Amino acid sequence: MVSKRSLCVLCGLTLILAGSPARAETIRVTIEKLVFSPAEISVAVGDVVEWQNNDVMAHTATVKGDFDIAIPPGGTAALTVTKAGTFDYFCRFHPNMKARLQVW
Amino acid sequence: MYARLTSALALACLINGAALAADNKVTDPQIAHIAYTAGVIDIEAAKQALQMSKDKEVLAFANDMLRDHEAVNKQALDLVKKLNVTPEDNDTSRALAKAAAEERDRLAKLSGADFDKAYVANEVAYHKQVNGALETLLIPSAKNADLKDLLETGLKLFQGHQQHAEHVAAMMK
Ligand SMILES: [Cu+2]
Repeated sequence: MVSKRSLCVLCGLTLILAGSPARAETIRVTIEKLVFSPAEISVAVGDVVEWQNNDVMAHTATVKGDFDIAIPPGGTAALTVTKAGTFDYFCRFHPNMKARLQVW
Repeated sequence: MYARLTSALALACLINGAALAADNKVTDPQIAHIAYTAGVIDIEAAKQALQMSKDKEVLAFANDMLRDHEAVNKQALDLVKKLNVTPEDNDTSRALAKAAAEERDRLAKLSGADFDKAYVANEVAYHKQVNGALETLLIPSAKNADLKDLLETGLKLFQGHQQHAEHVAAMMK
């Protein structure tokens, strides 16, 4: 009797654990005319940020010492977020392009 | 240094002169030609740097300029074709091209770190001047909405390049 109940608790827990990675979301940032939009996004650890570059020139999403994502013209590039914090990123080729990534 | 100042001054005078000429109205075909010429000039400067420099940062910067300006000038050509506009040569384009040729001749006499410094310093000055021309003359004068839009994107691009060049210049010190 006791053992049967424990088993059920265990089953429930497994379900929750199995369920959580599937909830990771993909958040898209569009680049057009040298502007990141939205300029600020808030995501959770494990989520994926995907940049869609609609310009004819290459851009990057860069945080010195953290990440440096190359985004080809007319293409996309993705980053799986691994740590919490506030990341002010910019484009290495056009440092006037700035945006913010909040990770919780 | 003196030569660089002279050349920057020539460009400043030219743009002021062009601003005065705005009373006579710069036409869209002329604006298209000036914007395209401004891109070609930076492509030529980048090609010279790729031949003459050995500095990794300078070469990377020159490659960035080459790639961006070729891409944007291709976009500009597609646009004028779509709009059925034939870019028209004019005094501003000619003066820009002349000042740029003089600058290339001056840089050709330099080598090593002297060349690198002069190239990057000129890139800062040049992008600054073009930004001024875009803001005060070309964008306000453009009639066609698509052309105006392309020039506005061009302004953001040139501003980005200016900051990039300033960053490279600061690292060389
Ligand atoms: Cu960029």
